Amino acid sequence: MAPTYILGVSAFYHDSAAALLVDGEVVAAAQEERFTRKKHDHAYPRAAVDYCLAEAGITRAELTHVVFYEKPLSTFDRLLSTYLAIAPRGLLSFVRAMPVWLKEKLWIPGVIAAQEEYDGEVLFTEHHESHAASAFYPSPFRDATIVTMDGVGEWSTTSIAHGRGHELRVLRELHFPHSLGLLYSAFTQYAGFRVNSGEYKLMGLAPYGEPRYADRIREHLIDLKPDGSFHLNLRYFGYLAARTMTNRRFHRLFEGPPRSPEGPLTQREMDLARSVQVVAEEVMEATVAHAVSLTGCRDLCLAGGVALNCVANGRLLRSGLIDRLWVQPAAGDAGGALGAALAIWHRHLDKPRPRATGREEDVEEGVEDDLQRGSYLGPQYSDAEILAALASKDAPHERLEARALADRVAALLEDGQVIGWFQGRMEYGPRALGGRSILADPRRPDVQRTVNLKIKFRESFRPFAPAVLRERVSEWFECDGASPYMLLVADVAAPRLLALSDEQRALTGLARLATVRSQIPAVTHVDNSARLQTVDGRHNPRFAALLRAFEARTGCPVLLNTSFNVRGEPIVCTPEDAYRCFMHTDMDYLVLGDFLLDKRAQPERHARRPQAAPAAFALD
Amino acid sequence: MAKGKYSTLREIWAFMRVHKRYWLAPIIIGLLLLGALLVASSGTTAGPLVYTLF
Repeated sequence: MAPTYILGVSAFYHDSAAALLVDGEVVAAAQEERFTRKKHDHAYPRAAVDYCLAEAGITRAELTHVVFYEKPLSTFDRLLSTYLAIAPRGLLSFVRAMPVWLKEKLWIPGVIAAQEEYDGEVLFTEHHESHAASAFYPSPFRDATIVTMDGVGEWSTTSIAHGRGHELRVLRELHFPHSLGLLYSAFTQYAGFRVNSGEYKLMGLAPYGEPRYADRIREHLIDLKPDGSFHLNLRYFGYLAARTMTNRRFHRLFEGPPRSPEGPLTQREMDLARSVQVVAEEVMEATVAHAVSLTGCRDLCLAGGVALNCVANGRLLRSGLIDRLWVQPAAGDAGGALGAALAIWHRHLDKPRPRATGREEDVEEGVEDDLQRGSYLGPQYSDAEILAALASKDAPHERLEARALADRVAALLEDGQVIGWFQGRMEYGPRALGGRSILADPRRPDVQRTVNLKIKFRESFRPFAPAVLRERVSEWFECDGASPYMLLVADVAAPRLLALSDEQRALTGLARLATVRSQIPAVTHVDNSARLQTVDGRHNPRFAALLRAFEARTGCPVLLNTSFNVRGEPIVCTPEDAYRCFMHTDMDYLVLGDFLLDKRAQPERHARRPQAAPAAFALD
Repeated sequence: MAKGKYSTLREIWAFMRVHKRYWLAPIIIGLLLLGALLVASSGTTAGPLVYTLF
């Protein structure tokens, strides 16, 4: 029988992406931004689709199903209903929004058919159905509670579903305009960061602050019910009628105008960040508690943009409400492409789920691997392709076999060098997991500041994440489970923490940043937490080998792992992207597959022009 | 593309029927007529008519 090729597409809002299933197996998935080099690119993911087809070795004519990740008519209905409800307010926003709807968004089946030269019927899944499918079907669970939360998709902002075998039943939904994602985005914008990308920054800023506005948020902005549903007080928000999230009443409530982007960060923004984080965690806990009571199942799958809040995820896991947690690594809209394709395979075509590892003992022990394959679902480049890229730049390099490479890079890291690490397939989702990473020694106190300011060109307060060998995680962190996708936050283990002086303990705000508080200060946030990635070598043996080599030299099985890009730039995709980023920053060495490049040996003409790298991309 | 447009219009009608959103019909028809007028007006004598609408 001919294989079934299902193409999932998410596009036209933010983070366009494509994913391809062959007989239900995820063969490729990638975000469009990585190819076009436009962060959060929302255009039709033509390049990502081209890549997916090439990975499967098929042409467009062979596609059997094409599915779009949400239902545009329902979204259009929500838009018109909202404009009608608030008229004449919102007229300007209405006039701005309608042309793109009339020109493009209403005719998505035609757009897709034309782009893909596709004769069949274009299928549609609901936005939160796509998220739920992306969370449940690749997870290792046969029976799971599924919670999805984001800004909004069609009408829905939160959904609770139950997944069993290959069935997925949506049990509850919360509808627009009452949205945890939009509440968080409102504070993101108010704190001077960009909606849909600055939410991580707000989360990273939260530990510097105190929750002194939390009661005000509970009292005036959100009415949280025991079942996790809630009502936002819309008198304080601007997103119904305008393009700003908050209004003057909101600004009065929090005693001042929004911070201007790039303005100085004050204790007020830190306290606001902490306050909304605390409230968001309360909402998530109440929702999950209710969801578990509905399904009777204590294994939880999460997706939707809110699921990228790894601090809240860590708290959920420690709350005692659930036994196990699996979060879709591409939890935002990009993951909708994969979820939509999986929903068609399992729900529309009624196909059963395969076992991931096929080993019954793994299932019984609860260590069955998931079907996300480490989220390494993007392009990879052969030695010949890497060599061709290096030749085009006249880039001096050294070739090393795998073991020697790991030993050499470990020695360089121990010596304080910062390394660009480009190996195998690119990650699907916003986190770099050792495929397209920048690595450094986490034991050095100055590394956090150096990497933030000289390499990533981003704000100094932002924390870095540790990658740790799976078998060593409990020795270094208050966590004994796996976190392969860097979506859980746990504290650094008590024996690894250093005693602080009274003076250090008395510090507040950004002054706390300089305190060395653990044996791995570069990845220890000011509240002693860390956003963990556990590495077991199943899907990225080279990264695991490097961690082992580093441990053999230093006794520390942990590396600082941050995404291979500069501020505002999408994570690098090709060897050329990696070389450009390497040359435009203060990285010391670059590893491309088997090849090691020393910055000092590279041709001067490729080097950074002053301020070139940060100016090349819009602020994120 | 034309086939796609007709099928989308059919889907809009089906959507209104299933979800009992008949009140959307005048808005959608109005928007489509306005859209068509704007497209037709580019470089034609319909231009002045559109300008008086705004």
